[in-house]
Amino acid sequence: MESNSILSVSSLTQTFTTGDHKLTVLDDVSFSIEKGSMCSIVGPSGSGKTTLVGLCAGLDRPAKGTIILNDINIGKLNEDERAKMRNQHVGFVFQTFQLVPTLTALENVMVPLELRGSSAASTQLKATELLAKVGLSDRLHHYPAQLSGGEQQRVAIARAFINEPDILFADEPTGNLDAETGATIEDLLFELNRDLGTTLVLVTHDLTLANKCERVIELKKGSIYRDEVTTDTVAAKSREQVTPPNQ
Amino acid sequence: MNSFFSSWTWKMAWRDARSNKGRLFIYISAIILGVAAQVAITSFRENIDHTVNSQAKELLGADLEVETNEPYTDQTLAFFDSLGGQQSSVVEFASMAYFPKTGSTRLSNIRALEGGFPFYGELLTQPKNAVEKLRTGNQALVDQTLMTQFNIRIGDSVKIGNVILPIGGAIEKVPGEAAAVSLIGPRIFIPQRLVDSTNLIQPGSRVEYKTYFKFEAGRNMAAVEASLEADHDQRLRYDTVEERKEEIGEAVANLSKFLNLIGFVALLLGGIGVASAIHVYIKRKVDTAAILRCLGSSARQAMNIFLVQALVLGFIGALCGTLLGLGVQFMLPGLFNEFLPVQVDIGISWFAIGLGFLTGTGVSFIFALLPLLTLSKASPLYTLRTFDDSITSLLSTKTKGIIYLLIAITIAGYAVLLTSDWQVGLFFTAGIIIAFGLLLGVARMLMMLIRRFFPTSWPYVWRQGLANLYRPNNQTTALMVSLGLGVLLISTLYFSQNMLMNELQFASREDAPNLIFYDIQPDQNDGVNSIIKRNGARVIQNVPMVTMRIDSLNGVSADSIRNDSTRDVSGWALRREYRSTYRDTLLDSETLLEGEWVGRAPDTGAVPISLAQEIAEDLSAGIGDTLTFDVQGIPVKTYVGSIREVDFQRVQPNFFVLFPSGVLEPAPQIFVTVTRAIDRNQSVQIQQDVVQSYPNISAIDVRLILSTIQSFIDKISFAIEFMALFSIITGLIVLASSVIVSRFQRIRESVLLRTLGASKRQILIITGVEYLFLGLLSALTGLFLSIITAWALSYFYFDISFIPNLWVIVLLTLGLTGLTLLIGLFSSRDIYKKTPLEILRLEGT
Repeated sequence: MESNSILSVSSLTQTFTTGDHKLTVLDDVSFSIEKGSMCSIVGPSGSGKTTLVGLCAGLDRPAKGTIILNDINIGKLNEDERAKMRNQHVGFVFQTFQLVPTLTALENVMVPLELRGSSAASTQLKATELLAKVGLSDRLHHYPAQLSGGEQQRVAIARAFINEPDILFADEPTGNLDAETGATIEDLLFELNRDLGTTLVLVTHDLTLANKCERVIELKKGSIYRDEVTTDTVAAKSREQVTPPNQ
Repeated sequence: MNSFFSSWTWKMAWRDARSNKGRLFIYISAIILGVAAQVAITSFRENIDHTVNSQAKELLGADLEVETNEPYTDQTLAFFDSLGGQQSSVVEFASMAYFPKTGSTRLSNIRALEGGFPFYGELLTQPKNAVEKLRTGNQALVDQTLMTQFNIRIGDSVKIGNVILPIGGAIEKVPGEAAAVSLIGPRIFIPQRLVDSTNLIQPGSRVEYKTYFKFEAGRNMAAVEASLEADHDQRLRYDTVEERKEEIGEAVANLSKFLNLIGFVALLLGGIGVASAIHVYIKRKVDTAAILRCLGSSARQAMNIFLVQALVLGFIGALCGTLLGLGVQFMLPGLFNEFLPVQVDIGISWFAIGLGFLTGTGVSFIFALLPLLTLSKASPLYTLRTFDDSITSLLSTKTKGIIYLLIAITIAGYAVLLTSDWQVGLFFTAGIIIAFGLLLGVARMLMMLIRRFFPTSWPYVWRQGLANLYRPNNQTTALMVSLGLGVLLISTLYFSQNMLMNELQFASREDAPNLIFYDIQPDQNDGVNSIIKRNGARVIQNVPMVTMRIDSLNGVSADSIRNDSTRDVSGWALRREYRSTYRDTLLDSETLLEGEWVGRAPDTGAVPISLAQEIAEDLSAGIGDTLTFDVQGIPVKTYVGSIREVDFQRVQPNFFVLFPSGVLEPAPQIFVTVTRAIDRNQSVQIQQDVVQSYPNISAIDVRLILSTIQSFIDKISFAIEFMALFSIITGLIVLASSVIVSRFQRIRESVLLRTLGASKRQILIITGVEYLFLGLLSALTGLFLSIITAWALSYFYFDISFIPNLWVIVLLTLGLTGLTLLIGLFSSRDIYKKTPLEILRLEGT
């Protein structure tokens, strides 16, 4: 693994068996992603994007190949070890928000740190700050059903960042939102990524959004069809903004 | 299990439960009544045991009771003297009591008392000092129920045999006897010194001579018992306080076993309710578990959140059930008072409370286990790809098999614990499993049939409602099993009670005898027959009876056989006093099974007799075996010439041992006469005439007995139905909870239909059709199975015919279907009242 990469995937193959039929969803996929970078994964429906992200984030075990996340070969971890790894290194943002419906916005955001055993006071303080940062100070005690789609996604983003993950996986984060709200969410994601130095892996259909990342990996029929670095990206601009002039 | 105790797990369990209170209450509500039934019955039993122990001596009224069927010999009286202590004696026999004021008669249990019995406890009378009138004056005490029945007051008189006595008081309670005893044979106490004057005790009369002893404290009862076991010149039976305690303990244990099993069915139904409610609840929590796993929780942590909820709720359900059960136990003595020989003191039974908590929590846990375990298999991938399959598909067949086995073992274990009898426990469990299996099978078959023969020409709303019965997430199986089991239990109970009562209605059949006179002396026989004829009735049977005992069987004395443990001969059959008859033909109620019936005894040699099949089995006697009878002091040698089947259900004297003519004619004998009175007035008139002319003759009024049995069965049925009520209400709660928890599965569809333009009426019909069929099919399946069960009971157990009452079937079907429909529509009312968006927001939390 290259020393600067946070995620290294090599010869990754994933197959599903339905009845007598064997379906190869990912076929010999290899790539690596640098720490702090922004990478988008694009491709048509059924190309294997979600499966790839699920495997990279340690949500599933690969049939073949290796995935090294933050120097950890996650294929060798058991389920509990993978859960611990997710809690310490990974953040998620989903298209359908995936908030726990019975928890308030504040409690949803607190969960990752609570799982880690952090003190209640510091966890609540940090969650409150993050919710303020995403503009939801007045929605702390609302349940997901009482929030709009954009607000729910902002809660999900606050939750994704509370454990200061090394890498954030966002699966169609704006897919369920209108254009204006979607743009706000995009800005928020990029801003937090820039401020906290988190690596961002973005799965999307939206090529405009994809091209805002410094690298685009395009999948087709389970294989990498295109893997290229884009110019004039949000990422590049973000770097310019945070890089001191004397460097 | 570490994560189970972590504060985060409990905090998350609370947070999640906060907004699900309604749904979670449904989850626990199903077990509350089951636990309540268990606690009430167990407490009640504990209280009875406690009362029996604390009032042990009052159960017998003495330290010892010695009984025989013959007047005491001098040797026996000397033996009694040697036993010492205080003594009191009772001569007990059945006789007609005649009340001159109203002209009414009733076969009663006459007890001629001498001495201070009861030594322990009190003979409760109204007025309280009436016992003194019995002991010192020539007055009688009459059972309160008898006085009420005939509108007799204190001061009126009663005629027993040739003696007329003023009634000094009403008997309310005799120590150690249940009030229901008076239903069978109303008790009349008279002074013993008047027995001879009654002139009722004659040859052949059945009399029990009892002597009660009160010993000084510390008397060695084992030594007393040993002396009673020793040889005496007459057969002495005895009862001690400890034996009486054991007998009552056994009776109470049997009663509570039976009630416990009925209560247990309520608990099992509750278990199904729990399983069904939590299944739906957990299905909605798979997403939450997947999210939490995504955020870093382990599979066990995610599962433990809901395990904590299940256990805490089970505990709360158990607590509510226990409190309710403790309240209900105050009602049980009222239900069973008449059958209990003691006045039960109600108290707190910690054992019952502990059992209630254990059962409630245990049942909730066991029945929730299957859905809960599925959460440990909820993959974090479900956050990316929606899981929309049956949650149990997440578990392997092996895991499911182990859980089902665990449930079966728990049921069997608990049933064995409740009944203290592994055979009954296992039989009960097997019955429950078979019933479950059948209901499950029928539910599946119905779904398959509806699918296969779907009425495509029906209107859309009807098709939609009907299709809901087999579509994914249907509630057909859960509802049919829970409702069907409830119906099965209740209607089987009803059918059994109904068929027993029908069988007992023999007296109402035309030409069936309904009045029997017995203890008729030979010189009274013609007189009785002419009284019957004079009153316009017909003598249906006039049979001689000779009392005898078995002296030896195949040359071995009855005593030796009894003491030989290797012999498979019933002690009862050897000991009993036989009342046999003689004639030269068999009756149409008798069928020859083996051997040859000889109508006339040969002049010399052993007499060929005919044994009823039942007694031949009890005596292990076959054709050719010899029996020597002691016919009032004269040995009569016989051999088994034939074995016959006797229809003992006929209202007529039936005999275990039948002699041919030509042997017993010279023996001392009494006669039994059977007649039929066309109405109550004729019956009363004949009885009055016979009793006035021949006071020693007793009459059995079959109609009266039937009404007594009817009231007896009614009282028992009421008590049983009270316990069955727990099952019925639990069934209804399970029905309501199944409907409510499954509402979510239908709600999105209804909302979608409304969005697409369906009217409230259409949604109402779709929902209505689904519940209509669910109710109808559950009721019919339960009834069908209960008819099979009742038939099996009638055929294999009661040996009587069973014809199901069509009205009962129709009413039960309509009632249950209507109830299901009502609950279904009521629980889904939000769908028609609120806007689609409102509903989705409400259901979203």
